Amino acid sequence: MPKNDIAAVRLNGVAISFDLADRRRYEAVAPTDLAVGETEFVSIVGPTGCGKSTLLNATAGLLRPASGSVDIFGAPLTGLNRQAGYLFQQDALMPWKTVIDNVAIGLEIAGTARAEALSKARHWLERVGLGAFGDRYPQMLSGGQRKRVGLAQVLIRDPRLLLMDEPFGPLDAQTRQIMGDLLLKLWSEDRKAVMFVTHDLDEAIALSDRVVIMSAGPRSHIIGDFPVTLERPRNVAEIRHDPEFIRLHRDIWDALRDQVMTAYNNTAGAAA
Amino acid sequence: MNRSLLVLLQILVAVVVVALWHLASATTLFGNPKTIAFFFANPVGVAQRIWTWFSSGSIWYHLGITLAESALAFLIGSLGGVVFGFWFARKPLVAAVFDPYVKAANALPRVVLAPIFALWFGLGIWSKVALGVTLVFFIVFFNVYQGVKEVSQPVLNNGRMLGMSERQLLRHIYLPSALSWVFSSLHTSVGFAVVGAVVGEYLGSAAGLGYLIHQAEGVFDVVGVFAGMFVLMAFVLLVDGLVTLVERRLLAWRAS
Repeated sequence: MPKNDIAAVRLNGVAISFDLADRRRYEAVAPTDLAVGETEFVSIVGPTGCGKSTLLNATAGLLRPASGSVDIFGAPLTGLNRQAGYLFQQDALMPWKTVIDNVAIGLEIAGTARAEALSKARHWLERVGLGAFGDRYPQMLSGGQRKRVGLAQVLIRDPRLLLMDEPFGPLDAQTRQIMGDLLLKLWSEDRKAVMFVTHDLDEAIALSDRVVIMSAGPRSHIIGDFPVTLERPRNVAEIRHDPEFIRLHRDIWDALRDQVMTAYNNTAGAAA
Repeated sequence: MNRSLLVLLQILVAVVVVALWHLASATTLFGNPKTIAFFFANPVGVAQRIWTWFSSGSIWYHLGITLAESALAFLIGSLGGVVFGFWFARKPLVAAVFDPYVKAANALPRVVLAPIFALWFGLGIWSKVALGVTLVFFIVFFNVYQGVKEVSQPVLNNGRMLGMSERQLLRHIYLPSALSWVFSSLHTSVGFAVVGAVVGEYLGSAAGLGYLIHQAEGVFDVVGVFAGMFVLMAFVLLVDGLVTLVERRLLAWRAS
């Protein structure tokens, strides 16, 4: 994106580190700059343990960076990011609330009258294809259905920025593609800034405007930034046969491969 | 297994036990029936006694007293357990400071408190309620503490990202999570409320099932003791059945 536009997210030298049990410090992410445009879909791809999720948590305000700053729509982020919706990798629905109450809660706590919140929630459940499931409890749904509820729960609040942490990670391959298509459909109707963390390169290319590659940790950093020029609308399952997709995949994989091997050797070494 | 067959087998166990009991106390099959009846009573006598209690209506008063004591002990103990469990779980310093005292208090066998409570609260229902409260409180307290401590981190973070304030987190996440632990320990805590009431009555009172059993023991009325025990068992089973109904309703979201 052009340098002077107001970005949805701008990371300025954000570094992340943790205190280890033995009092040493683990520097997960080296100082990193990254900007995400107002209607841009950016994927962050990297090997396991490269700190891509921590970067997302820093953007959400759930994690304080060790150094550097985060700007959200031009304003410095302090505390939680109130402009962002966050779709978690793990199950994050409230199991004691019905599906429709889970979706409506974001509006209710913001002061929307219950009847109005429920009618909007019903509308969102229909948009994610779960119109008939409102009175069920999350435990009664499949993993893919729970992700749909999660998507509705986040989008009903109409956040300007969507943060997604391997949201479809636990799902099987077919369900992932269906969820990818659903996400693209909803996003194309109302374009928001998206930061999408994944370890699946196919998924990243199929969904995004840009794919950012991170190196293996520790001191993980951005090693590649690839614009994806594929036409939209896209079909997640079919686009991977597109010659342009294949070319992009090859280029990005060249950058990613060494990092994956490094990460693998690191963890293999740690396990031994 | 087929449900009606299961019930049939369950009833069969009772029939066999009562039949053996009757044979032992009415025939010379297992020795002198008079001696056996002296130590173990006899089923016909016990049934007659229970019938007299219910037909004359005298038992209802005692049942009512025991029920009231159990219910009060359960309510007060649960309320205290929820409040303190929350407080300790949310304030680690408080929990750390009071930890040894909570453990010490919980380690004390409650029976030794009964005379003290009788002294403090008199021989009426409140000394029994107090005894039940000391039992129920700790069960609920530990469950709430655990429930608040073990709230799933993603659910909590999700609540925060959905815009919940600390109060809203408490209402929509911490409290339901803690209550689900309380409900899952409902059988234990209700059972202990009854134990507290009956033990309290047994050790000093003028009414209730425990009093009834104690009176009978005092005059070697073995038939009365057994009749009291059977009524107590039926009472506990009934209460437990009610708890199951309540549980099914409150924990509907757990069913898969």
